[in-house]
Amino acid sequence: MTPFLSIQEVVKDFGASAGGAAFRAVDHVSLEIAQGEIFALLGSSGCGKSTLLRMLAGFEMPTSGSIRLKGQDLVKLPPHERPLNMMFQSYALFPHLSVWENIAFGLKRQGLPKAQIAERVEAMLKLVQLSPFAKRKPHQLSGGQQQRVALARSLARQPSLLLLDEPLGALDKKLREETQIELVHILKSVGVTCVMVTHDQEEAMTMASRIAVMSEGRILQVGQPRDIYENPATRFVADFIGNVNVLDGNLAVRPEKIRLSRDLPPEQALRPLKQVQGRVRDIAYFGSYTVYHLQLPSGQTLKVSQSNTERHPDDALRQDDQAWAWWSPSAQVVLKQ
Amino acid sequence: MRWLDRTIIGIPFVWLLLFFMLPFLIVLRISVSDMDMAGQLSGFKLSNYTFLAQDALYVKTYLASLKYAAITTGVCLLLAYPFAYFMARADKSAQPALLLMVMLPFWTSFLLRVYAWKGLLADGGWVAVVLNALKVDQLLMAFGVIPGPGQYLNTAFSLVLGMVYTYLPFMILPLYANLSKQDGRLLEAAHDLGASPWVAFWKVTVPLSRPGILAGAMLVFIPCVGEYVVPELLGGPQTLMIGRVLWDEFFANNDWPMASSVAVVMVLLILVPLALFSKAKANSQEARA
Repeated sequence: MTPFLSIQEVVKDFGASAGGAAFRAVDHVSLEIAQGEIFALLGSSGCGKSTLLRMLAGFEMPTSGSIRLKGQDLVKLPPHERPLNMMFQSYALFPHLSVWENIAFGLKRQGLPKAQIAERVEAMLKLVQLSPFAKRKPHQLSGGQQQRVALARSLARQPSLLLLDEPLGALDKKLREETQIELVHILKSVGVTCVMVTHDQEEAMTMASRIAVMSEGRILQVGQPRDIYENPATRFVADFIGNVNVLDGNLAVRPEKIRLSRDLPPEQALRPLKQVQGRVRDIAYFGSYTVYHLQLPSGQTLKVSQSNTERHPDDALRQDDQAWAWWSPSAQVVLKQ
Repeated sequence: MRWLDRTIIGIPFVWLLLFFMLPFLIVLRISVSDMDMAGQLSGFKLSNYTFLAQDALYVKTYLASLKYAAITTGVCLLLAYPFAYFMARADKSAQPALLLMVMLPFWTSFLLRVYAWKGLLADGGWVAVVLNALKVDQLLMAFGVIPGPGQYLNTAFSLVLGMVYTYLPFMILPLYANLSKQDGRLLEAAHDLGASPWVAFWKVTVPLSRPGILAGAMLVFIPCVGEYVVPELLGGPQTLMIGRVLWDEFFANNDWPMASSVAVVMVLLILVPLALFSKAKANSQEARA
């Protein structure tokens, strides 16, 4: 069976024609994405994720490689003939058109009859709960409302593939968290296959069904969020997704999987635990949890995260206290590199 | 530092008051007065204005001025838009050089440059030769713009050519300023939503460049209506424009009150649409805010 979206050995070089040394933005990337997936390309800026997305949309031509959607070769098609739509970073709404006209823009290009366009626009406005704002211009809307217009505009043509470029990047933290869930809800109700680009690992984890971690134009690891978090393949991935302690060169333990106390627990006798003693060097209080930096005899610092389940714990650790850190052997992962 | 702000804003304000508003009020006063042979002003009459409105020649000349200014503005827009468009999309390093080329004509006298066109368009002038070879004269004759083959000078053609040549940079610059600031992602969004490059140009680029088009059109249209030098040098007797009538009234007929009325009507002719335009613009901005 042919995969829904297949990216094979895609390479993108920049600057080769100018005579200078070419910069390889995307380096032999291959991916297969199934219908209905919300797939996230995750990486820091300059890792090639946006270039890959722009090649899917048709704004960049791959230097080599193939991109196929439902078996159809996309590379040959100009952007306006591709059966996909994109939600742009900071939205790129047309400032001279109203919300209604922005959503209708793509439908008018399809040459649909007026009544059908109106019907479709109304349905989209309802979907993103913006019906009362149809006549407003984009600059009269809040950031969150603009984001919903952009979503409605990109979904109006019922694309078989939706591309999202940092979909929540322009929103502030609180609104972003609320919108993540709402956005996934809408995308799933529509049933559209999505490829999103983000540098925010939390956004990728909460929204995506699968994640590809990218760095320097390559894909380092592909998997479900839990997979990537609990079984990171490399030190880079372990470090990029969340926090990690790397011991003995290739043993990774997440800070929240470690417990911390003045004395070793009695169950030590029952089952073997990994344990290490150290001095509390720093305490960072985050409200719902606290991160302790434990100075080990080896000189290394161990990060330990503890949930603050009590308001006033009796015997809280203080700076310079001696403490034991312990974890179960199954909590640690052996990294490949 | 408020006094500094006020002084800096005040200087051009006082300048305009002294050298535009005040003279204009004097012209207004002269236009409703009688003047004797010694140049003494007296009385109050509106007969100059009623004469202007009733005399077919004046009305025709005003209309001709508006017509040639409108044609010049249209031709400038057609020539300047593609130029400004590709200049705004040119390599960033090439743009200063292109901009310099647009400004280059300003480095020599405007009068000389317009005068040079007389030579270029005269019988045997090399622009005339090229135009003849391209059979442009046949085309212009068919539309009745020029009287005979190869006779470009002193026609509506040479007049509009001269004005377009003179005012083209004033159309290019505001258009370039607008187009170079446009967000390229909006075009990508249009393409993504199924618009071909051509459709995206008409549905996104052009509507967004409206302020640039309006600014350029104003900068070309307004001075063209009152243009004196180009019609004097390149326009023939058939292309009477109000600037030349004004000159004749002042310096040939020495009829200052009549000349002043001609000038006042011309200013009103330009000011009224301009005022309406800026009011409409202010209203639409208010509606946004």
